[in-house]
Amino acid sequence: MPGKLKVKIVAGRHLPVMDRASDLTDAFVEVKFGNTTFKTDVYLKSLNPQWNSEWFKFEVDDEDLQDEPLQITVLDHDTYSANDAIGKVYIDIDPLLYSEAATVISGWFPIYDTIHGIRGEINVVVKVDLFNDLNRFRQSSCGVKFFCTTSIPKCYRAVIIHGFVEELVVNEDPEYQWIDRIRTPRASNEARQRLISLMSGELQRKIGLKVLEMRGNAVVGYLQCFDLEGESGLVVRAIGTACTLDKLSSPAAFLPACNSPSKEMKEIPFNEDPNPNTHSSGPSTPLKNQTYSFSPSKSYSRQSSSSDTDLSLTPKTGMGSGSAGKEGGPFKALLRQQTQSALEQREFPFFTLTAFPPGFLVHVGGVVSARSVKLLDRIHNPDEPETRDAWWAEIRQEIKSHAKALGCHAVVGYSESTSICEEVCILSASGTAAVLNPRFLQDGTVEGCLEQRLEENLPTRCGFCHIPYDELNMPFPAHLTYCYNCRKQKVPDVLFTTIDLPTDATVIGKGCLIQARLCRLKKKAQAEANATAISNLLPFMEYEVHTQLMNKLKLKGMNALFGLRIQITVGENMLMGLASATGVYLAALPTPGGIQIAGKTPNDGSYEQHISHMQKKINDTIAKNKELYEISPPEISEEIIGSPIPEPRQRSRLLRSQSESSDEVTELDLSHGKKDAFVLEIDDTDAMEDVHSLLTDVPPPSGFYSCNTEIMPGINNWTSEIQMFTSVRVIRLSSLNLTNQALNKNFNDLCENLLKSLYFKLRSMIPCCLCHVNFTVSLPEDELIQVTVTAVAITFDKNQALQTTKTHVEKSLQRASTDNEELLQFPLELCSDSLSSHPLPPAKAVTVEKASPVGDGNFRNRSAPPCANSTVGVVKMTPLSFIPGAKITKYLGIINMFFIRETTSLREEGGVSGFLHAFIAEVFAMVRAHVAALGGNAVVSYIMKQCVFMENPNKNQAQCLINVSGDAVVFVRESDLEVVSTQQPTANCQSSCTEGEVTT
Amino acid sequence: MLGPGARSGISALPEVAWRRHARPQQCPARGARAPGVAMTSELDIFVGNTTLIDEDVYRLWLDGYSVTDAVALRVRSGILEQTGATAAVLQSDTMDHYRTFHMLERLLHAPPKLLHQLIFQIPPSRQALLIERYYAFDEAFVREVLGKKLSKGTKKDLDDISTKTGITLKSCRRQFDNFKRVFKVVEEMRGSLVDNIQQHFLLSDRLARDYAAIVFFANNRFETGKKKLQYLSFGDFAFCAELMIQNWTLGAVDSQMDDMDMDLDKEFLQDLKELKVLVADKDLLDLHKSLVCTALRGKLGVFSEMEANFKNLSRGLVNVAAKLTHNKDVRDLFVDLVEKFVEPCRSDHWPLSDVRFFLNQYSASVHSLDGFRHQTLWDRYMGTLHGCLLRLYHD
Repeated sequence: MPGKLKVKIVAGRHLPVMDRASDLTDAFVEVKFGNTTFKTDVYLKSLNPQWNSEWFKFEVDDEDLQDEPLQITVLDHDTYSANDAIGKVYIDIDPLLYSEAATVISGWFPIYDTIHGIRGEINVVVKVDLFNDLNRFRQSSCGVKFFCTTSIPKCYRAVIIHGFVEELVVNEDPEYQWIDRIRTPRASNEARQRLISLMSGELQRKIGLKVLEMRGNAVVGYLQCFDLEGESGLVVRAIGTACTLDKLSSPAAFLPACNSPSKEMKEIPFNEDPNPNTHSSGPSTPLKNQTYSFSPSKSYSRQSSSSDTDLSLTPKTGMGSGSAGKEGGPFKALLRQQTQSALEQREFPFFTLTAFPPGFLVHVGGVVSARSVKLLDRIHNPDEPETRDAWWAEIRQEIKSHAKALGCHAVVGYSESTSICEEVCILSASGTAAVLNPRFLQDGTVEGCLEQRLEENLPTRCGFCHIPYDELNMPFPAHLTYCYNCRKQKVPDVLFTTIDLPTDATVIGKGCLIQARLCRLKKKAQAEANATAISNLLPFMEYEVHTQLMNKLKLKGMNALFGLRIQITVGENMLMGLASATGVYLAALPTPGGIQIAGKTPNDGSYEQHISHMQKKINDTIAKNKELYEISPPEISEEIIGSPIPEPRQRSRLLRSQSESSDEVTELDLSHGKKDAFVLEIDDTDAMEDVHSLLTDVPPPSGFYSCNTEIMPGINNWTSEIQMFTSVRVIRLSSLNLTNQALNKNFNDLCENLLKSLYFKLRSMIPCCLCHVNFTVSLPEDELIQVTVTAVAITFDKNQALQTTKTHVEKSLQRASTDNEELLQFPLELCSDSLSSHPLPPAKAVTVEKASPVGDGNFRNRSAPPCANSTVGVVKMTPLSFIPGAKITKYLGIINMFFIRETTSLREEGGVSGFLHAFIAEVFAMVRAHVAALGGNAVVSYIMKQCVFMENPNKNQAQCLINVSGDAVVFVRESDLEVVSTQQPTANCQSSCTEGEVTT
Repeated sequence: MLGPGARSGISALPEVAWRRHARPQQCPARGARAPGVAMTSELDIFVGNTTLIDEDVYRLWLDGYSVTDAVALRVRSGILEQTGATAAVLQSDTMDHYRTFHMLERLLHAPPKLLHQLIFQIPPSRQALLIERYYAFDEAFVREVLGKKLSKGTKKDLDDISTKTGITLKSCRRQFDNFKRVFKVVEEMRGSLVDNIQQHFLLSDRLARDYAAIVFFANNRFETGKKKLQYLSFGDFAFCAELMIQNWTLGAVDSQMDDMDMDLDKEFLQDLKELKVLVADKDLLDLHKSLVCTALRGKLGVFSEMEANFKNLSRGLVNVAAKLTHNKDVRDLFVDLVEKFVEPCRSDHWPLSDVRFFLNQYSASVHSLDGFRHQTLWDRYMGTLHGCLLRLYHD
């Protein structure tokens, strides 16, 4: 018996009235784990029962601990008839199974019923005593930590990043079992919730085992998804990146050490560090600016004369001897060889991470994606989910070969998704082909790794833009120029990636959200015919989505896309494509050319006039956008570049394929052949529509920015005010005379209106940025389009923004105009001394402010008002991996929850909007309650993975399934941290108690 | 056994059937839609981790405007020009807020629930604002129902009140229901009325005092609607209510009684009969008059009027006291005070300062009447009345 689970039921409150006669409730509680059930006494006639039960003890093995949820049912005792269920609470006890996370789960949980929603709350205490188990053949994987965060978690250090782990489990969907016909909807929903909870636990345990096999201790970037395949079953699958993480000791947790690869870093006595700047870790190393702004030879000499603030520089030997700036063919080959060996043992060299430790990412090739259309069949043997496994393996193989074609041996920012309609399923995978630095990938002892680290090579900020493939043997026609930053290496003219913007990348101006939206009608068909029709449509959709993205990027005057996510959704009679990405102007890449419009019939005068009018409009838009996003790249004469200005020409960074059920693989060239790509030919009304639609996207109102990446390039002084939200819209299309154009317009309007609504709703937060904007499209019925958006709005300090961007531009000017490294170094040093580093991580900006003598008091005044006298602690939620102005001090475990809500009184609950509004609010509440019970005060990397909504207004019924996940954490405000860490005698206790109550 | 035929056979079971057919087979309302409409919004929601509260929309909602009216009012406020939003955006935003308020309303009925609930994460300052605004009431409305029984009958009159005051029926209902709810909760409770209200409804001190007055008036059914009382504001009555609660209720003598602040002290009211001797005994009345006149001679601008009217005024005030044993007369307290004291003085154009001098002297000189034994009773009665009369004495 390797574990003892102990549960105590303390009290309930706000219970519903179950006895009409007395307006009271006789409540008792059933506590169930596995097959064991305990009951409390009945607490008579109260809506706020005080059970104060004994400790219920379950003796279980750790395999069950991982798989099973703790199930708490609150019931109303009835002497004469069956006891009525009030509701349930499922508690995932996984966070209690590893030592560094939570030690106890204790708090008020909403009592949830799938028909009535939340009905009061129950106070529960849960503990686990684990016994050491020496059995080597055990099936459990207790102790492996899971993180949804797609970067190395803030208070950890990556020793080794092992690589891809995946698993899937299948089962019959209870909703489609024969028993479902005779049981109530409540029983059916609960069976489903319980099954999915079990399957998630099992999946996590299996993945954990794989991690242990790889000798890792954690999974980062863990993404778990459900495929509701209807009759053919229920698939729960997960992917992640296995890592060996080292917990940074507590004072170090506040230091940038977590991201710093340098050994010296570790040896610095952190708490004696006089420089307050270092008390910030933010999403990246604050000091990296110093680290990366020197050429290696310089750094060496500097180190010898450096003061205590020099934490960053290490002499480089071995493979690092060729500076990144000068790295040539031989180095590249060497690097590839080394990494290859590290990656070769791996079946799939994939990483679900989107942000990396400095130095990890060497080159980025471009986006690789693969899609496959499959026909679902019944899963006959749930224990052998071979077909689903084979499908995914096939797709991953494709991705791998695409990456190889791009001269890359790894794929980063990797993700997988499905879209299901009836028996047709589209499987999609995408990622960014990349060349990685082998030092994080190699197996070995910790010591060995540290040695490796010393030999680290420091790439320049433009290194990742350099092409990884062979110039003479390019996988697709592309136009290369010398890097505008280092002038040594070749870069492409446009770069598409699925990862976050590397924190050391030099960006000019701000970024913006770019979306390509597309609909295609298709005939209704059955089975094979349907799958074939979809397969035939896919390449065209990919092509058009890509063209739209490229045009919109040009229109914004930008040259790179980050966080690209292309979602293809299949419905009964249409396909929808939605691509979202964050456009930026990378200083290393060439300035994008404009967009030229050409007419087909040049003899018509009025037509010509129209064309030139359009052209003017487009040019104006580009100019306006450049101003709006502060894109003012330095003017560089041709001689400096040493190569002719590239002809504008569209090329593709995407390499992809579609395969249908017949497994036929077709490669698609998206490069428009030899055609001059930025010439848009207007030869028919369709093309005209396309140009029009380009111009209909309105920029966000002033004071608003938006992006789908973690942070917005060019904004770095976030305040602590954040607002996470989910917005859902469903529109019904009239079935009459639907054309592709009308459909496109509807879809476009839907997305644009949704964004406009968001801007309006959040106007009180201006100046503000919508970060991690995540659109999901689904087609629940024939003519229904559902769009779900989750994002976080963060306010920033406008004055400071101006200041830093100015220096930013100045700096890039300096960088660009000086080719000489000697000269380069001086202004940079000035820069970093006066303002610290400057693609400042958000948290950093606050620290800078505090470092100034006046800033201290000001900051505290501006921080959020204390939430005194509130009995419910505030729990923040954010899709980002960090909280602005705060330090994450502890990860408490993964939150992965699945809820079903159903109603048979839709009108009474305020119609579909009222129903879903209440349900989402309830889901948020349950997530917050679980986090609070774990002792946390925030959820980071929060994601709503699924929101399946079905209605039947005729029968006054609706049903919704929601799946959310994230990492429960404890954070401490930086203002409090400072008080604690520096032990200032002047620090008044008021400031520490203001925010302290948040954690209660 | 799981073929499609089998399924439709069993789908007659109501609870199970809909899931099966939810996706492919329904879409009922579609045909009814007008052709040419390209798309209609079926569902449109926004849920924040921190619940967004728009104060302006909250006010419109509290004022009982429909979504359509609220959108129109917001458009008129110029918000579209300020923000560059479209009417559709405004409509969606208003709907969203209304839905949120509707969900919050249940919690607002028991404000401590709002503080403890987990569904809406609302900063404490916002919670306080929500509660305070929800329980705020219109002066015009409260004057209509003050002192009336908070019953179904009165609720039926809300239509008329709405027409008369221009306040929407919805808002009238909310305000009426608030009064009634507070009344029901504190009705049978021990301890200070204001404290109880504050504790159970988390209102500000000011608002809790107002509610105490409303509850007190409703409980004692004081007539406030008569024409001659129309010049009095809610504030005037609330002021009097507070004095009466402090001095005339059971709570004034014993702090451990149920209902202590709501009901007038019956024993006290019975005792007030004893004051009758002040006007019934002619010698006592003359002595009282001479004492007051001596003290005020030369100090009062309206001395002669006072002298002429003294007996009438004194009779009026003492008779009011003596009649308070009957419920009917308790209800008419304010009518009587205005009729018997305020109006005569006003018709003689007494300045407020003279009224104050007179009342001071009138109350104090009773202590010098040797034959009168009910000094404490007199002080308890007159102390309160003194304050009330001064407050009621205005145009």
